[in-house]
Amino acid sequence: MSATDILIAPFVEFEFMQRALVGVFALALGAGPVGAILMLRRMSLTGDAMAHAILPGAAIGFLVSGLDLFAMTFGGLAAGLLVAVGAGVVARATELKEDASLAAFYLISLALGVMILSVKGSNVDLLHVLFGTVLGLDDPTLYLVAGIATLTLLTLALIWRPLVLECVDPAFLSSVSRAGAPGHIAFLALVVLNLVGGFHALGTLLSVGLMMLPAATARFWVRDMTPLVVCATAIAFVSGVVGLLISYHLGAPSGPAIILVAGGAYAISVLFGPAGGILTRHWPRRHLEA
Amino acid sequence: MSTHSSSAPAALRFRDLTLGYERHPAVHHLTGEIKAGALLAICGPNGAGKSTLLRGIMGQLRPLGGSIEREGLDPRDIAYLPQGAQVDRSFPITVYDMVCMGLWRTTGLFGGIGRKDKEKVRAALAAVGLEGFEGRPIGTLSGGQMQRTLFARLLLQDARLILLDEPFNALDAKTISDLLDLVQRWHGEQRTILAVLHDFDLVRAHFPQTLLLARAPVAWGATADALAPENLLKARRMGEAWHDDAPACAA
Repeated sequence: MSATDILIAPFVEFEFMQRALVGVFALALGAGPVGAILMLRRMSLTGDAMAHAILPGAAIGFLVSGLDLFAMTFGGLAAGLLVAVGAGVVARATELKEDASLAAFYLISLALGVMILSVKGSNVDLLHVLFGTVLGLDDPTLYLVAGIATLTLLTLALIWRPLVLECVDPAFLSSVSRAGAPGHIAFLALVVLNLVGGFHALGTLLSVGLMMLPAATARFWVRDMTPLVVCATAIAFVSGVVGLLISYHLGAPSGPAIILVAGGAYAISVLFGPAGGILTRHWPRRHLEA
Repeated sequence: MSTHSSSAPAALRFRDLTLGYERHPAVHHLTGEIKAGALLAICGPNGAGKSTLLRGIMGQLRPLGGSIEREGLDPRDIAYLPQGAQVDRSFPITVYDMVCMGLWRTTGLFGGIGRKDKEKVRAALAAVGLEGFEGRPIGTLSGGQMQRTLFARLLLQDARLILLDEPFNALDAKTISDLLDLVQRWHGEQRTILAVLHDFDLVRAHFPQTLLLARAPVAWGATADALAPENLLKARRMGEAWHDDAPACAA
């Protein structure tokens, strides 16, 4: 078996693999930058909370109209945006901090979802929502994921400066501009959008992984903002491709395979990353003259 | 209470201003005006309301009573360097990008940074003695270098009113003297400067006007008069503690 057989042939031979490739590319384009900013804003766990928050929405959509792309997307979006915007507004309008208000909102959302499901009493097959189907992406889903990636990049370009500035020096931003709060809310909406896009391919819980793992991995290699975002996006895409290949050759489920590859990259970076990895910290190279 | 002799127009006017937190006053019944182009030091013991006054001027705090008139100053005409500025030093950003933010007024969300702007940034870095630091991540700077970086950003903000909250804390003599030169340069450019300071010798040497604050204004005027021993003694006697059962202020 040659390298071509292993690496290229699956994508050439099978249409479902090509679709999956396009899918992970679009997902990486959106999730890479969003994850990097989440991490720098110290909101790494916010992604996880949001994933729980969209789950009931998607489940209600699923309950109402079955495995329908529109209903589940809409349900997830509505629930996620409600939680994100609600938590953001409460954090900025009251004394409560963002993490506490987000925890309150997503727990309520999650409980509500579980309540609705158990009262309805149907044993819904939520495996699709939980773990996704990257090998079964149809046209509308691909358009959705690609559309979300496009919208994400355009919006980020617009709110980039306030987002960065609010992380580094929030007092300065508030002294020169009022863009802080709208930028933050828009960003939270992007997080939800990307999670909703991701759950069709990877499932709600794993789509957080494609956001956070590449960002955390990239931080071990670069020390500047722009390369960090590029690096995170690249790692997300490569993890996607390698994960797909592993899933193809070993018959493993694709979503977890992709995340485990990203997790492997993270583990290696923790050890060997030149920007603050364990090895460089404990066995630094000889110090310089000046 | 203000004793200015110049006839310059006022940049800021306080009318019976009370600022505070949860009904407890931190600045109590302050009345007076600051002329455009003034170089004013704000002194007083800890908890005297100095930083609170700056926050009030910035509009970050709504007065509990009275008002602040900003005489045609747009919020963007005010540059503010908060005490121990809460910069996230671990954020991966370079000195150059940090200083570029001072251009916000002209570039905003989306404006490009052209060759002229780059020249300005370079000049600002040179003015604070940080040539060659452009590519350094801010996490690698010393405290003094960070403060120089923030001053370079202030330079680019080109503001008419500059508020400095304890700008020289924990800096070495050389850095303080470099940054004071900048303050003098701004003063020469007719900008209005308010600086919260604790070093009376430095204030006497470089600041013509002083406001001595101990919640209520103790003295306001020429530095030598305001920092007279009897005023300082009066300021020191200020009770710092809040009283939950303090009665409502009658004045």
